[in-house]
Amino acid sequence: MAIKFNELTDQELLYGQKTCPGCAAPIAVRLALKVLGENTFTCLPACCMCATTSVYPQMSFFINNTTTAFPATASTCAGMAAAAKMLGIEDDVTILGIAGDGGTTDIGLQALSGACERNDNILYLCYDNEAYMNTGIQRSGSTPYGAWTTTSPTNEEVVGKNVVKKNLFDIICAHRIPYAATASVAYPRDLLEKIAKAKDIKGARFIHIQAPCPTGWGYKPELTVDLAKMAVENGLWTLAEYQNGKLTVNVKPKTFKPVKAYLSAQRRFRHLKEEDFAEIEKQRDQEWELLRRKENEL
Amino acid sequence: MTKIDKRFLSGNEAVAEGVRLCRPQVIAAYPITPQTTLVEKLSEFVADKEFPCEYMLVESEHSAMAATMGASMMGVRTFTATSSQGLLYMCEMLNFVSGSRFPVVMVNANRSTATPWNIFGDHRDAMAMRDSGWIQLYTESGQESMDTVIQAYRIAEDPRILTPVMVNLDGFSLTHTYDLVEVPDQEVVDRFLPAYQTDNKLDLKNPKSQCISIGPDFHTEIRLQQQDAMDMAKKVIADVDAQFGKEFGRSYGGLVQEYRCDDADYVLVVLGSVAGVARTVVDELRKQGEKVGVIRVRSLRPFPNEYFASLKNRFKALGVLDRNLSFGNQGGVYTETKAALFTPGNMIQTLNFIAGLGGRDITKVNIAEMFSKLKAVSEGEAENEMQFIGLRWS
Amino acid sequence: MKPQVNQAFKLPTNQSELSLGSSCVAGILTAVNAGWRTFKPVIDQDKCIRCLLCWVYCPEGVIGKENEKLEIDYDYCKGCGICAHECPQKAIDMVREAVK
Repeated sequence: MAIKFNELTDQELLYGQKTCPGCAAPIAVRLALKVLGENTFTCLPACCMCATTSVYPQMSFFINNTTTAFPATASTCAGMAAAAKMLGIEDDVTILGIAGDGGTTDIGLQALSGACERNDNILYLCYDNEAYMNTGIQRSGSTPYGAWTTTSPTNEEVVGKNVVKKNLFDIICAHRIPYAATASVAYPRDLLEKIAKAKDIKGARFIHIQAPCPTGWGYKPELTVDLAKMAVENGLWTLAEYQNGKLTVNVKPKTFKPVKAYLSAQRRFRHLKEEDFAEIEKQRDQEWELLRRKENEL
Repeated sequence: MTKIDKRFLSGNEAVAEGVRLCRPQVIAAYPITPQTTLVEKLSEFVADKEFPCEYMLVESEHSAMAATMGASMMGVRTFTATSSQGLLYMCEMLNFVSGSRFPVVMVNANRSTATPWNIFGDHRDAMAMRDSGWIQLYTESGQESMDTVIQAYRIAEDPRILTPVMVNLDGFSLTHTYDLVEVPDQEVVDRFLPAYQTDNKLDLKNPKSQCISIGPDFHTEIRLQQQDAMDMAKKVIADVDAQFGKEFGRSYGGLVQEYRCDDADYVLVVLGSVAGVARTVVDELRKQGEKVGVIRVRSLRPFPNEYFASLKNRFKALGVLDRNLSFGNQGGVYTETKAALFTPGNMIQTLNFIAGLGGRDITKVNIAEMFSKLKAVSEGEAENEMQFIGLRWS
Repeated sequence: MKPQVNQAFKLPTNQSELSLGSSCVAGILTAVNAGWRTFKPVIDQDKCIRCLLCWVYCPEGVIGKENEKLEIDYDYCKGCGICAHECPQKAIDMVREAVK
């Protein structure tokens, strides 16, 4: 399913939003909508993408959309999908959930788990900026080890968030849904192909996209795509797919680039010392060991 | 001659028949005592294809209302049911549904709220949700419960209303007790309740944004719009009940149902199934020459303010039986009734009786005691304004 | 054609003009984002090879590829600089906007 940029529509179904300059979330969403098209009903919880698009009177989504309560993205989508089935339109439309890491990994996890278990016919897109950014950079279950946030501040004794990032992709794969994937705005062709693949599958589909955040991570907006690329190259973000019981790792760096360059470029990691970089690389190596084993076993 | 279909049904089963006849296209529900036999019956109906429906077995009550809302905003008729802890768990979603003006119908099996844990009936759960923007109706029998579900859709889906409706049944004492219920034919219900049509939906031809943010600039005006619909609901609830009476031969007084109040000196205001016991006591006291009556409030939201304001000096004393209590103040129905009575010229003395909490039976003796206290206070004897009735010890 | 400010849209002036509840038509723009910028991207069309990476990476979707030459909708460009930074030909300059 080779995607050619030139063949994608110029039509923007997301426009004029009030996201911070350089925010990766609208990159992911507008690219997804180029594949999914106008016959998409989207549902967002309280998050950056809703607060910047759906405050009266300016409505930046040019497709049917709704906001819902913070924990309820997947459950609201599930209801929309059930109605679409009863209306006889389920084969012609996509019910698209768009939520941040907060509304997915933490408060939204129960509803997402339920929707996956029931194999509800929804496509769930999580843009992960690794903290509760909409409310001012508080830590989430998706915040990486060592990151500063307003609720995981740093000092001489505290490294910031001192527990590891929740592995959301693992959790979703454990539900054995028809399709799950991770993606990155720095690998747009891969992202678009995954959306296109997901569009044609029925049942619960999940795509987890890392979304670098200039405001919350602390870097100049123009570096968003660069940082997303570095995260994949140093192994802190993986590109993988789970389908038909098989796990595939799409990008496997022969050797990982050192994490220091990536981390030092962000204000949220500026306090880290050499021993912290070593700890982070150790955690990365452990995760990749597990990942490689799963890829072989599954 | 058309054969009348009379069945021996529990309150929950009667509701299930009502739901079946209204044919919601999506049901999303989570089981909780004492609502369980209702959702189980609906499962059976859907599995037996009694009506075409996508029945979602959600993983929590919060998801039940979120999924119901998601379906409703696509323009289909929906149904859900819950009780107590589940109702509280879905609280934020109740507010989402009402503020978005989706005509969801939900049956709530009134049950006390923890802690202490208690699976039995009282009104604490629905009372806690009075401010949620839902219409709240209270039924006293299986027949009325089934009929009110049908009426509820007609009220909720009325373009002047577009407000969700909660139909309350007393947990166990109504949900699980059996009675003869006349189940109407599908065609008769279809004539009374047409298919759901709305513009307030997501639509490929007219893309919409739902559940949007509205800031200080227009928020108040939207709330005024919501309140206006509730005011109009007072008329619509009464009209729909009267129309139902014409077509089905049964009606329930609209917002309020009086029993032997015309020449009463002392009246007791009640919600729900205890009304039957109260009426039995009224009949017994009347035989002894006491002029007593019962006022059953059927609609708690919208509250029948105008009715109570009109009472003026019709009675000497009025008691409100509350199966709930707002700690730090008084019973919920009492507080609202007293406020509604507070008009120039009102001479009625009022008392608040707290009873039936956590499933404790309200007996005929309890009710007779309430009437004698109303008599005492109107004759100048001292009575505490609010009293717990039926305490184990004094 | 990129979406523009909806000139026909008017805020309600009385109760009957309010839309129902919490709903609204989808896709209405009432303000531009141009004021957010300090620098604006300018494409050197001679250097541009139309690889479309800028078009892909723009968070705002303001780069238009409908015509032969790529165009930028300056009403909604926020000047984030991703396009200039990612352009493999260095064909985009971030130019400080004139102070009026």
